[in-house]
This record gives sequence, C-alpha cells and structure tokens, in this order.
Amino acid sequence: MKPAPFRYAAPDTVAEALGLLRSYGQDGKLLAGGQSLVPLLNMRLARPSVIIDLNRILELSYIKEDNGEIAVGAMTRQREAELSPLIRRRLPLLAEALGVVGHPQIRNRGTIGGSIAHADPSAELPAVAAALEAKMVIRDPKGRRVLTPDEFFLSYLTTALEPDELLVEVRFPVIPKAGAAFLEVARRHGDYALAGVAVVVSKNGEQVGTCRLAFTGVGPGPVRIPEAEAAVTGNRLTDRVLQDVRKTVEERLDPDSDVHASAEYRKHVAGVLTVRALRFAAERAGAR
Amino acid sequence: MVISHALGARIKRREDPRLITGRAIYVDDLNFAGMVHVAIVRSPHAHATIRSIDTTAARRAPGVVAVWTGEDVKARCGPLPVGPRIKEMKAPKRFPLVIDGVVRHVGDPVAAVVATTMDAARDASDLVEVDYEPLPSVQDPEAALEPGAPILHQDLGTNVCFRMTYGGGNVEEAFAGADVVVKTRIVQQRLIPAAMETRGVVAQYKGGELTVWTSTQIPHVVKTTLAETVRLPEHEIHVIAPEVGGGFGSKLDVYGEEGLVAALALALGRPVKWIESRRENFIATIHGRGQIDYVELAAHHDGTVAGLRVRAIADLGAYSQLLTPGVPTNTGLMCCGCYRIPNAHAEVIGVFTNRTPTDAYRGAGRPEATFLIERAMDLLAAELKMDPVEVRRKNFIPPAAFPYKTPTGAVYDSGNYERALDKALERADYRALRDEQAKLRKQGRYLGIGIATYVEITGLGAVAGLSGGNWESATVRVEPTGKVTVLTGTSPHGQGEETTFAQIVSDRLGVPVEDVVVLHGDTRAVPHGVGTFGSRTTPVGGSAVYVAAEKVKDKAVQIAAHLLEAAPADISTDGARFTVRGSPERSVEFKDVARMAYKAYKLPAGMEPGLDVTHFFVPKERVFPFGTHLCVVEVDPDTGEVTFRRYIAVDDCGNILNPLLVAGQIHGGIVQGLAQAIYEGVTYDDEGQLLTGTFAEYVVPQATDVPAFELDHTVTPSPHNPLGAKGVGEAGTIGATPAVVNAILDALAPFGVKDLQMPITPRRVWEALEGNSASR
Repeated sequence: MKPAPFRYAAPDTVAEALGLLRSYGQDGKLLAGGQSLVPLLNMRLARPSVIIDLNRILELSYIKEDNGEIAVGAMTRQREAELSPLIRRRLPLLAEALGVVGHPQIRNRGTIGGSIAHADPSAELPAVAAALEAKMVIRDPKGRRVLTPDEFFLSYLTTALEPDELLVEVRFPVIPKAGAAFLEVARRHGDYALAGVAVVVSKNGEQVGTCRLAFTGVGPGPVRIPEAEAAVTGNRLTDRVLQDVRKTVEERLDPDSDVHASAEYRKHVAGVLTVRALRFAAERAGAR
Repeated sequence: MVISHALGARIKRREDPRLITGRAIYVDDLNFAGMVHVAIVRSPHAHATIRSIDTTAARRAPGVVAVWTGEDVKARCGPLPVGPRIKEMKAPKRFPLVIDGVVRHVGDPVAAVVATTMDAARDASDLVEVDYEPLPSVQDPEAALEPGAPILHQDLGTNVCFRMTYGGGNVEEAFAGADVVVKTRIVQQRLIPAAMETRGVVAQYKGGELTVWTSTQIPHVVKTTLAETVRLPEHEIHVIAPEVGGGFGSKLDVYGEEGLVAALALALGRPVKWIESRRENFIATIHGRGQIDYVELAAHHDGTVAGLRVRAIADLGAYSQLLTPGVPTNTGLMCCGCYRIPNAHAEVIGVFTNRTPTDAYRGAGRPEATFLIERAMDLLAAELKMDPVEVRRKNFIPPAAFPYKTPTGAVYDSGNYERALDKALERADYRALRDEQAKLRKQGRYLGIGIATYVEITGLGAVAGLSGGNWESATVRVEPTGKVTVLTGTSPHGQGEETTFAQIVSDRLGVPVEDVVVLHGDTRAVPHGVGTFGSRTTPVGGSAVYVAAEKVKDKAVQIAAHLLEAAPADISTDGARFTVRGSPERSVEFKDVARMAYKAYKLPAGMEPGLDVTHFFVPKERVFPFGTHLCVVEVDPDTGEVTFRRYIAVDDCGNILNPLLVAGQIHGGIVQGLAQAIYEGVTYDDEGQLLTGTFAEYVVPQATDVPAFELDHTVTPSPHNPLGAKGVGEAGTIGATPAVVNAILDALAPFGVKDLQMPITPRRVWEALEGNSASR
C-alpha cells in the first residue's frame, strides 16, 4: 500500500509551519504522529497535495504546570504524557485514558494534539478534553485563540480549526479533590471504543460536588449530557440516583450503528459504564 | 516424554534466530537489476460486465513498461487448476486475469500495470479506465440456490458446483425411533487467513530457465502447474519458496498472480516483482470457512445418540480454487466426531457466490465438522438435562473399537477419547468448577464451562487436484565429512521442520542435531514433493525422513562392518563411531565411514558409492489426532463482554517429536480457533463490498486478548507410520472454537440463550440477553 504522490515540507518552527499553512491552505495536510493519517494515505483514501510534517518542531513538545492547568504541547507523544509523573499525579484521568489508546507502539508515535485535532468520534482523548473542559490553544499567522471543547469539536473528524490554523497546545485544568475514571468497551484491547465514558467527580462530604461526564463512540464527537451531570450533583450516589443517571444517558445519546456495534448496544453500554465509572470515580475522590 | 536423546527433546527452533533478528529472506527482500514491478487493477464490483478497458493513459504514465488485460493473458497463458476432481463437479476455468469480460467478486483481477518502480506501477494503475456494467449479484449461498438467483457462470447454468453425500445406516428409522431430536442451524462465518506475510511473486527468465520465487506452501505443485499455465517444459521451470511468513492454507494454492508474473517475465525479458498489499490480501487471497450447516441429532432418553443428519451449504465464492471443494467435503466425512453414531447422513452442497473464493484455512472442513457435532452434543445434554461430559462419555467410540469406520466413511486409526477427556477434567477440577459456577450464579455472576472433544484427520495428500498423492519425499545425504544434509519435499511456512527433521535424523544416525541441516522449498535442490498442509509435515514428511535415515544407517553399518572385517549384525554405533560388539578396540569413526562411501575403494562387493538415500514415503492410511479442550469464561451480562478464566487443552498427536513445537502449534491454533468464536468474521454488504476491509474492522486478537493456556497430552501412537506420530498443526483451531462457544452458551444458560452467531461479540451477547430478558 502506497500513498498517491504528494509534496512534503518539514518545518522546524511553529512560525515556519504557519507560513506553510498560509501558502498551501486547503491543499496542505498536517502530519503529527501519523497514526490515523498514514493509513489513510496508504489506502489512498486521503490524497493531499502537500504534507506538512510537524515532527521536527521541538518547541511543541512539553508538559508543564501553569496557573492551575497542565499545559501539554500539541506534539507531545501520548506515551510521554501517559508516563509523565506530573500527569499521573495531577491528571489521572488523562493517564488512565491514554492507557487504552492503541498500544505502546502507537502511543510512542501518536501525539496529544494529533488525536484531538483529528477528532475521531470514537477516540479517547477528545472525551477526556471534554470532561476536563480543556482549552485548545490555536495559532494562525496573525495571532492566537483559545477554544473550549464545545467550540472546538464540531462533528465527525471536524473541528473549528481553519485551514491556516495550527493547534499548538492543550491546557487541562486540574480539578482539586476530584476522583476520575475512564471506562470503555472495545472489541480488542487498544481498539477504538464501542462506547466509553470519562468521569470526573468531586466529593462534598458524602455528596457529589461537581460531576462531569463525557462520552466517546456514541456521537459525532465527545458528548456531554448536562442533565445527567445535574442528576448527580449535590446527591449521594445511591442506586436510585445512579439508575436515574443511566436512564438519562440512554435517553439522551443518539449513536450510530456500524460493523462493530449497533446504536442500541452503544447506548446501553454507555449507561452501564456511566454507573460503573461514577462509582469508581467517587471512590477515588473519597480516597484522596 | 523423551523418546531418545534427540526425538521428544525440547530443542529450541533452529529457524528462530534468523527470523527474530530480521535476517530471513522473504520474496519482497529479493531485488534484481532491471527488475520491474506489477500493480493489479481489481474489480470494485461484486458482479459486472466489462464494457471496455482503456489503458491509454496508464501506458503513457511515467515508468510504465506494459499494461496487460485479459486479452494479453489469453494469448499467453493457459488455465489454472480448479480443484480436486469431484464427481459431477461443475467448475469454470480460471486464468490469471479475467478473460471472459465478467468480474465475479470485488477484487477479481482485471488488468496488470508493469512499471520500473512499485510506486510508478501503483500510480499508473489508477489511470486504467474500466467501464463496468454492474450485474445483479448474490452474496448468500442459500440465496444463490434459489430459482431466479443471479448465475455467476452462465455456461454452467447453475450456481451449484457440486453435491456430495456421505453416510450409512438407516437415518430415517433412527429418527423415527428416537426419544428426542435436537436441531440447530450454524453459520460458519468466513474468516480471513491474514498471514503475517502477504503473498508475493518474483519471476526471472534467464539462460533458458524460468525461476519463480513465490510465497507458497507447495512449490512443486506451482512448478508443475506453471508448466501448463505459461507453456514451458517443466524442467525449464525452477520454483523457490524462500522464507514464507505464514500461510494457514491461504498459500496452498496456485494463484493467478504466479502465472501472471511468470508470463510477464517471459514476455518482457526482465525480472518482475509483485507484492500483495494487505488490502488485496483481504479480497484476493482465499477466505476460510463460509458454511451453513443444518444439523439434527436424534437420541434416546439415556443420552445414546441414534442418528445424525447434516446439510452443509458451502459458500465457495466466485471460483473453485486448488482445493475449494475438498474443504466442505471434509465436513461431510468427519461430522460424526468422536462418537459411535450408527446412522448418519450428510449432504454437502458447494455453491458459487459473488465473493472472494474460499479454500483451505487451518482445519479446512474439520473445524466445521467438530463444531457442528460438539454444539449438537451440548444441545442434546441440555435437552436431556444431562451433564455435557456424560453425554459425550456415553457415545465415545471405545478404545477397543479401533480401527473404526464411521458411517460417513472415515477410518479412524487409533484413539482413546475418554482418557483425554478425563485428563482435562482432572486438570480443570471439573466438579469444583461446577460448584463455583453454581455459587457465582447466586451472586449474579455468570461463569461458563465449555467442553469440546474432537477427532480430526491429518496426513492429508490424496487429492487429485494436486500433482501428487498422499506421499512425501525426503533425501538424507551424509556428506563425505560426515555432516548430514536433509532435503524435504514439504515446504514449511513456520512449522519448524528444520528442527524436528534434524531431530529425526539425529535419532536414527546418532549424529548431533547440529550436524544436520534441513533444506526445503527449492524445486532444483529437493526431489519432487507435495508440500505443507493438512498437518502432514510430521506424519508424512517426517516419516519419509525417518525411512531415508534408516536406509542410510543400514548402508553405513554395512560399510563399517566391511572396514572392520565384521558382520553387519555385530556392529553397534553411538553416532560418532561404529564398533564391533565385544571388541571396543575395533572401531571406525562415522566420518571415516562417510568418507569411504565416496572414496569407494573399500566398499562391500557390489555396493554403489555414496551415502545418500531418497525415500518417497506412502503412509498406509491417514491418521486421526484427538483431544479435549475445556474453556472457562465469565460473561458480563451488562456489557456482553466475555472474559477468559482458564483454557485447558489435552491433545493427543501420538508420539511427540518436540514438545516445544507442539506447544507452539497448539497455542497458535487455539488463538485462531477462539478468534473465530468471539473476534473474527468477514462482513459484506448487500452489494458484495467487504466491510471488514482492514485490521481495524477485521478483529484479529492480540496477545493481550487471549488467555494463558494449560496444555497437556495423552499419547496414543498411530500404527500407520514409523514415528507413531499424528499431525498437530490444526488441532488447536479445531478444538478451540466449539470449546469457547460452548462455554459462553453454558454461562448464558440461565437466561435461556441456546445459540449465538459467531463471532460472539459483546453486542450479540447483549442482544441475546435482551431478547430473553423475560427469563432474567
């Protein structure tokens, strides 16, 4: 399997990359870790005329704590983030979700920014970004803008990024005293989720303080369900509350069917995983 | 069990260092000056008439050397083989490219683009314009049998390739007199063999000789076939199977690309290479399984089986390949399993559909047979409220009954099915498992225990579609320095006979294993052979090596006796020396005997020089390994996920030559078998497009997705070969699928779920539970 012919550019800096993006616009395709793009190229399902390879831009690879947020450079390898002591301590949800992204070989190449910018509706990282209300930091030749997950993820494989824009950083807010869990059902270990959920819960005594639920594999992008979160907030996680949340989740989701799973199954599993993940996250919050 | 210092020993595979350090040479590693590359244009339609093919733009593209269509092939190539001769079989001729203007499955090859680089060939192949007129297609083999179904091969006038029946006794009477009848319909989904190395061919015509390197299991058959296909005298054709990265039956074929690349090399006078892409491998290399089985089992109240009725509808795909009809007919032959079933009838119907052709895939008809009878036995046990173990025990063919002829015509050589079952139950602590299951059910957890007892055939070969019968060749040549070269007609693709055959020779001659090298896969180097398939390497190929080594030893002893002026009967040997019994001072070294065999100035009167024997081994009969697989799963009723708890396999492959290699075969076999149960399955849409077209959709399990295996053995030697061995290459696959499915259905028994379509995905489990939620 070989890609159709394309031109190739490998900028060393963000400024250079932005210049190339401006010159090529729609014809250019950014190459980050290549774990999604390269198979598409090889199968000739994607035929861009120019590949702009970001792998030499060292300034986009970092993990740092900054103002109550963990800032991750877009070209940071997923494996590096997964193993980062800072992320394991401050963003356990991200570390846990990264553990089910493909395999170590894939995570050694795949990048945090690449996965988020690709916006696969079954990928783990967009759901984590949604649950943590991460900020997507975007540059274009003129300046910089910051988008919330709601603003950033538009639909299947579609984000708010303009053709001349580059995702440079993802900022994950640290939620104090929270417990988190990421659960998914996949056909194989490392596969895209048939359905998955990222949960963050903070406790206020026996009650849930804040609750965030973000789903993957069950919609055109990461899905939040405010009603379900509200059903938990301020309540103890009793069986009745959990069943209410589950029902709300199943009612609100509208997933697709495909070769792996039916819409009905996805909805059902999202509900089951919500209950399990909430219990799990609450336990962890309690243990903190 | 160690049979001798060499046979039965846990010797590490000698092949592995080169394989795991990347030094092995595969077809794609070959490069020659002036070599050109082929890209093949394939049909995007399941069924269509080709109105026209415009190759103008492709011919003008940079680097393009030639573009061929069916017209070019017609002028240069004869047909490819279309299967073993089965009574009244109707099979159309196949050619390297479509030559009759009709494509019959997605992936059918339409044109070939040859260019100076692979990239140029691939780019130019996009420029070949084929104007198709789509025709109605038929995907489902049962639909293909209906009147009015689209006909694939108009000149045959039917989609039925063949109908065969097997059986004996009086089935009607048996069913009429039975207390219970259980019935089921089983869909054996198609599987993609997915060898790690895709297919590939390099051909070069030079100095009056055509050399073809191909990733195949049967180089000699390829050579004989090519003589007809490219119309060269056979002795001008040299076929080499270099390192072959797996096959599982998918390279047990003579494919159009082998003829095409050879014909291109002849026509262009340049070396030509074609390497199959993974996408092509999914649509243009054979698929496995693909069968619908209607099964009825009649029994008495006490569990004794009275009769079996099977109707197997085989989805052959668009064409009959080398062995296509030989696969479902194995199902007919073997459907009685390990049981004494006095009355049995099996009808096997081979049907053409607009899909990739099917052919032999690890097990080739026996997994289907084992699955149907093992599922039926579990259904019978459930119907009679008996333990599945007891139903099996009640019906086993007893050890004293061997050789045993089944009503379907198979003659089992030897067996002790109950011994293997008992060993598995003991190892699993079956009673304790059942207790745990009962306890967990009360807690809302669902453990399942699945048992499959199987018997299968190995040592295959008597197939008319191949160039040979059920034999294999071996040469054992002691070189003048005493080192030993073995040539074998079996051609491995991972089996490890460079190790096991060296062990056989070491055992016979007494020489160290390191002094024996095993060569294979080169039709110029090794005598005519049949190849590797049907778990025949050890029982047939190994036996040929054994007999050749024995003959060499006899001759060496005669030479030694002559040199020592003693009678051959008085000579003993430890491999290094020949000694006159009782006179340890009178001895001669093995290497001196070897040297004398070639110097030849002091040989017994009338003896030919040389220490080099070729033997063509013909086994008396085929051999029938057996065993019991026991699988323990837990099913999560909320998500439908299946988790493996334990997997116990007790296999009996007769005498074991190397326990490490047997374990490797069983491990790989089980993985492929359980993959069919819960992971893998080909899906097409109604238009014949493959929906599982990449490894993202076609779910091959990884090491993280399978359980640890607990292996054990019983040893019931075969009387049909000097090694007492039975093949073990497919046993794991055959035992695993029904063991896993029986385990899942056992777990779901409280919900009233009796059948599930494979692969048993989480979704299917959940849907079955939803459908039966009333009983929850």
